[in-house]
Amino acid sequence: MGVEFLYPEYEVIRSTDRCIACRVCERQCANEVHSYSAERGAMISDESKCVNCQRCVSLCPTRALKIVRSDCVLKANANWSNDTIREIYKQANSGGVLLSSMGNPKSMPVYWDRILINASQVTNPPIDPLREPMETRVFLGKKPDRMTRSPDGRLVCDLPPQLELSMPVMFSAMSYGSISYNAHASLARAATELGTYYNTGEGGLHEDFYKYGAHTVVQVASGRFGVHEDYLEAGAAIEIKMGQGAKPGIGGHLPGTKIVGDVSRTRMIPEGSDAISPAPHHDIYSIEDLRQLVYSLKEATEYKKPIIVKVAAVHNIAAIASGIARSGADIIAIDGFRGGTGAAPTRIRDNVGIPIELALASVDRRLRDEGIRNNVSLVVGGSVRSSADVVKAVALGADACYVATAAVLALGCHLCRTCQTGKCNWGIATQRPDLVKRLNPDIGSERLVNLMTAWRREIMELMGGMGINSIEALRGNRLMLRGVGLNEKELEILGISHAGE
Amino acid sequence: MKRVYVNEEWCLGCRLCEYNCAFANSGLSDMVLALKDKPVFPRIHVEGDEKITYAVSCRHCEDPVCVKSCIAGALSKENGVIKADPDRCVGCLTCVLVCPYGALAPGENGVMLKCELCLENSCGEPACVKGCPNRAIVYEERGETA
Repeated sequence: MGVEFLYPEYEVIRSTDRCIACRVCERQCANEVHSYSAERGAMISDESKCVNCQRCVSLCPTRALKIVRSDCVLKANANWSNDTIREIYKQANSGGVLLSSMGNPKSMPVYWDRILINASQVTNPPIDPLREPMETRVFLGKKPDRMTRSPDGRLVCDLPPQLELSMPVMFSAMSYGSISYNAHASLARAATELGTYYNTGEGGLHEDFYKYGAHTVVQVASGRFGVHEDYLEAGAAIEIKMGQGAKPGIGGHLPGTKIVGDVSRTRMIPEGSDAISPAPHHDIYSIEDLRQLVYSLKEATEYKKPIIVKVAAVHNIAAIASGIARSGADIIAIDGFRGGTGAAPTRIRDNVGIPIELALASVDRRLRDEGIRNNVSLVVGGSVRSSADVVKAVALGADACYVATAAVLALGCHLCRTCQTGKCNWGIATQRPDLVKRLNPDIGSERLVNLMTAWRREIMELMGGMGINSIEALRGNRLMLRGVGLNEKELEILGISHAGE
Repeated sequence: MKRVYVNEEWCLGCRLCEYNCAFANSGLSDMVLALKDKPVFPRIHVEGDEKITYAVSCRHCEDPVCVKSCIAGALSKENGVIKADPDRCVGCLTCVLVCPYGALAPGENGVMLKCELCLENSCGEPACVKGCPNRAIVYEERGETA
């Protein structure tokens, strides 16, 4: 191969005044950027290998390092951006489909940031969450349309199975295989401590984590990896994954290099074999087919567990959700186009799907219009970044949110977006034992609990400001929201007024 | 008594503990000034191979053989902490020979340096524990050992 035309994207700036040559950066970089030159008596770096994960920056004891984007760029061009040209070079070098990780980084509108939350003034007093009781608990599952009484006049209290969440946030699906044992351990322990749920993703459930089953959502996806009776029994709910926000319409592919040891056993596939999840479920080509799988799973678990159907937010999401709500599913999870992934074709991640805010608003309205909103709970994900996003999502009609990117950030992820290489320096998206051990679940679970505790406090503050003391009273309460800088159509879809109205 | 323990399951072999130790015991307030372009003499040492690593420092034994064996009376036990007196040490290395953990090593001028739990230096708490990025080194009560 001749010249590849790919100049390094980042520069490693090392302050020679500060560097004590302790070589911590060298030992911590799985990409082998740093090394010690005995001849020069100094640390040197090969910036062409740097992915800007900032592990070295975080661990350098004298703060001698920084990673900056190289300012060696091509001639400015409003049409042909540097990134676009680099992608052309990469494809001309390799002939391959471009792969990317984590969520869509393109500058598409983030509707959360164009929505503002109301607060009470004068006529409707706000509530101080430090003085008054506040309820952030939610129950997910089918709700009865009306009260019924038995012939002797007693209330009938038989509810379909429900998931009880201490706050309207769950950790969304990330498979064991795409993320490490210690990342799963952190999520499982945090979900248990917080009184919420984490999700196995399509990788099965490691035998060590069955004890967290009461706080686990087990996933059944198109590859059916790791699915067996005990697995279905172990979870508090079962999620059928039809699609993922980062890559709607395509399946998954965990390379054989990651199918080692326990990952292979948990997925129930041979070591070293690629785990390929097909794009469709080969037994689902209609809502009726979906209904069959929903009821097969209910039958297998004696109707004791709610069934979640997860779909990516795509163009006709309202009609799709309406079908799912009639399929017998208890919960619909919708994943927006900014949702993360351990690996996806770049073009799909960056160009397929729709924003979760618009999908949520139109699904909630459609289900209400059709009188089937109580058939299902709605869970949304695909870049819920803060407690404010959660509050806005609930006001737009969500029962709860799924977060994963925020969770891995809490675990140490620096969003370098190279999960697909399997060399995660933070011990999250890797199966290399020396890297996996970098995530101590004692620290990981503690950080996740801290994050969610902080969000819960903020949710209570925001609710209190609106004069609302129960998250249930906020759900679908779009009067609490106003848009800024949105056009008529966007406001119409979101079902909110413009600020000032 | 609280001691420094290592959970080798979480030790990354990054050796930050060694540098934090050397800095804490340097008496200086600037790590760069303390450690740059100088040989480093930590009182904790990361050992191991490619599969497993762990940091070794003084266990502060109940019945310390190093104290018994010191020919110069430089090692002593105060409130459970084994201390080395650099003014008395003659650099005979007998303690190095007898320590079952390999926890002692000589410093720059040949006198022994050993972990004194950072109780009297600028850090005030074990610097190795404070700076460990993966909580592999802990300072806790685990009951007495030999």
